[in-house]
Amino acid sequence: MEKVAIIGVGQTKYERNKPETFAELVFEATSKALEDAGISKDDVDNVVSVSSDFWDGRTISSMAISDASNAYGKDITTVEGDGTFGALYGMMRILSGSFGVTLVCAHHKGTESNIKGITNCAFDPLVERKLGIDAISSAALQARRYMNRYGVSEEQLALVSVKNHGNAMRNPLALLPMDITVADVMGSRKVADPLKLLDCSPVTDGACTLVLAAERPAKKLCTNKKRVWLRGVGHCSDAYRLGDRDLSDTRALKDAARRAYAMAGINDPRADVDLAEVYDAFSYMELMWLEGLGFCGDGEAGEQMERGIFNFDGELPVNPSGGRLSAHPVQVAGLQAMAECVLQLRGEAGDRQLNTPETALVHGINGMCGQSHCVWILGK
Amino acid sequence: MGNRVGIIGVGQTHHAAKRLDASGVELISEAVTRALDDAQLTISDIDAIVIGNMDHFENINYVDMWAIDGLGACMKPVFKVTTGGTTGSTVGACGYYHAASGLFDVVLAVGWEKNSESDTQAAIATCANPTLERDPFAGAIGPLATEYSMYMKAFGATEEDSAIVAARDRNNALNNPYAHSRQAVTVEDVLNSPMLSYPIKFLDMCPRSDGSCAVIFASEEKAKKLCPKPAWVHTSVVRHDYTHFGDLEWKFMPTLERASAAAYKLAGISDPLNEFDVAELYLPCSTCGVKWMDSLWFCEHGGAPGLIRKGTFNMDGQLPINPSGGVISTNPIGATALIRIGEAAWQIMGKAGGRQIEGVKKALCTGFGGCSWTDLMILGADLP
Amino acid sequence: MGLYEDKRKRTHTPEGYELLAHESGHLEYDFNWHLGYYWSRFLAELRDNKRFMATKCPQCGTVYMLPRQVCGKCYVEMNDWVEVGPEGELEGFTIVRFPYVDPNNGGMKEVPFTSIWIALDGADTRLMHYCNEHDEKDLDVGMRMRAVWSEERTGSIHDVQYFEVIK
Repeated sequence: MEKVAIIGVGQTKYERNKPETFAELVFEATSKALEDAGISKDDVDNVVSVSSDFWDGRTISSMAISDASNAYGKDITTVEGDGTFGALYGMMRILSGSFGVTLVCAHHKGTESNIKGITNCAFDPLVERKLGIDAISSAALQARRYMNRYGVSEEQLALVSVKNHGNAMRNPLALLPMDITVADVMGSRKVADPLKLLDCSPVTDGACTLVLAAERPAKKLCTNKKRVWLRGVGHCSDAYRLGDRDLSDTRALKDAARRAYAMAGINDPRADVDLAEVYDAFSYMELMWLEGLGFCGDGEAGEQMERGIFNFDGELPVNPSGGRLSAHPVQVAGLQAMAECVLQLRGEAGDRQLNTPETALVHGINGMCGQSHCVWILGK
Repeated sequence: MGNRVGIIGVGQTHHAAKRLDASGVELISEAVTRALDDAQLTISDIDAIVIGNMDHFENINYVDMWAIDGLGACMKPVFKVTTGGTTGSTVGACGYYHAASGLFDVVLAVGWEKNSESDTQAAIATCANPTLERDPFAGAIGPLATEYSMYMKAFGATEEDSAIVAARDRNNALNNPYAHSRQAVTVEDVLNSPMLSYPIKFLDMCPRSDGSCAVIFASEEKAKKLCPKPAWVHTSVVRHDYTHFGDLEWKFMPTLERASAAAYKLAGISDPLNEFDVAELYLPCSTCGVKWMDSLWFCEHGGAPGLIRKGTFNMDGQLPINPSGGVISTNPIGATALIRIGEAAWQIMGKAGGRQIEGVKKALCTGFGGCSWTDLMILGADLP
Repeated sequence: MGLYEDKRKRTHTPEGYELLAHESGHLEYDFNWHLGYYWSRFLAELRDNKRFMATKCPQCGTVYMLPRQVCGKCYVEMNDWVEVGPEGELEGFTIVRFPYVDPNNGGMKEVPFTSIWIALDGADTRLMHYCNEHDEKDLDVGMRMRAVWSEERTGSIHDVQYFEVIK
């Protein structure tokens, strides 16, 4: 496979009730990404935007940001889903030979909209929706199924929240840096059993932009220090109805991870991957996804979390940025995770910098209860 | 670097004002199963899937997740792309790039819409800036009607010119068993139909439909092995420039002009009117079928009425446009632009039945939508 | 049942069950869109000063009505504000005669209404707004128009009631 690199990243601060419009957020993230890459707007030959009509409350949500995403005169398209899928399409367009430099930009303003109604609309209109089910209640079902199957405790879930909010203390962009304990999580308001407030990610506003480049323009346009290679990717979706699958079974993630590892030449994920940003929309999800990614056996992540394996100073740091639990702009999240790994691999991650990582894994999900997954391997 | 890609199968539903017999997922399934049959494949031959539609028409969030059963996408790679009216062609381009990238060999691209499930104009109106542009926005028809009023003033085009286009497309649809609206009309019928939004009349305007279209793309090696006569993708070009409706140029169709110029250059086309054998164009109303001909470089600005009055674009003309009946006859919005690609592919593959044009070697397909955006794809019987 | 069977006219299943549709009933989605720096200022100027403020690109000089942060062509931020109008030239119009649902309130839009594109004096792009004429015979591209302001202005695009032809 021809090599494709990320040569620039730009992020806004992730906050609530940001006063900027969608377009202004995209312009901020995109300008920063172009500046980071050290390229001009004309070095970009195509744009993949990532947004959601539902969350923006606008049909053709990409139209609002067309000007602001440097789309003028360029070939552009829009992925509706997590940013990791947008980056995948951005890479495909380069590999096709038609383009050399793809700009991938995602935006989201969750605080302007009604998350319950919007996620309720992800469910089947005839039956499931009428039950009032939404992102949180369906996640609660999944969490309970997972905990029952493997004997995972609420305290083990809480460890994820403690770790990630603590990690966010080193990330000036995160919405919820917090120095908390397991007791704090256990004592937080119960939202939908077994999930408590601190098990859930916050509604967030923000935008993130990546600049991808084929090998030749990547080498021409920026220095080696800036380049982070996309070494492998895989995506896969499970069945739709909650009842059509075992919510504790991560088979779609395993399939996506297998493809990504094969492409990147990774045989032993635990040994070969130096850091991972996984999609912790809820605390229990981090445990499930770590198992699905092969970092430990099914049902073992809770116990490994207790041993500190995935801590910032552990054997395999997971979500050093603070994860989605600390900032969760939907659609943007996967791209934000990729941006964080780029900074880590470049050695530019400031206070949250890990010790010389070489290979990073980014994981994004789409749909409710992690129905669809996209796994990326990034390398220096 | 990158593979050449061919279309090896197409499937369409029977499009209608309301498909009472099928839910959205079943509609998708109808198109997908027909495409697989057309290509003589099974779902296990499909390596990746892409789908598109416009969310607010059916009020379903994460449509790619919801449609898994109809797409045959369980435990397969799938994601969604959407860009308004251009969604169908955006889906087509996405299917093409999947296969061209080398990551996937056989890719299923699906566009669909069940416009009967909602108020189409209300949903479309939400594309405009809610505070500043939504209220005076006259629905999808507004900008189109306004631009033709300017074109008539500037170049002496008439309502009769657009009526000729309307009659042409609608009569063509009589040869298309899948078309939604199949009625024989005369130019007089069109001129006498009720005025919707000056100068566009009822028979000038597209319907809204329930329907789906599925197109299977394959990388060169696979395409050659699986299909006796693939429709090869020569180029795909997209220009989605504008955000605000007031920014648009009106004397010509700017994105169409730029996209087609770029595409013709990439595909080595210097005389489009003569080099193309057929064109399936996204003309949401007949007035576009007049004005936009200029912007496809078929003639100078203002030259379109002359070509139309001569019959240049009729089935027996120099360059037949919309043998399928076009958008005026069938418009399930998320599928509409993909149907252009599917119909053009069938023309090249010799599978267009009663609407087949003889000896099609090169076909032009366009998509339209959003803030006067353009998608363009050129297909050919020979490898590019 | 063949794969290519045309099922459009079906009203019942083969076993005789009537084909049903499900009414969602009234659905509302509330949003709270922020207007940002540029549109907040634009609307305040309509409300307080009865004037149209546009932004001008420092690079290409294009004067944009509606104002916005970014010049799409040059991809630079615009911070020069220029007053345009209050008169301008009618560049295009349409009179909508078919009613459809108004997404603001779920009711039906009142028809006929006239949607116009007006190039305010000094602006390079057009503003979309209303006109009080509802007959095609009374409007022509090229006519001069002026804004008619609302008595009560709240910081909305409706602070301009409509544009009228200058006779």
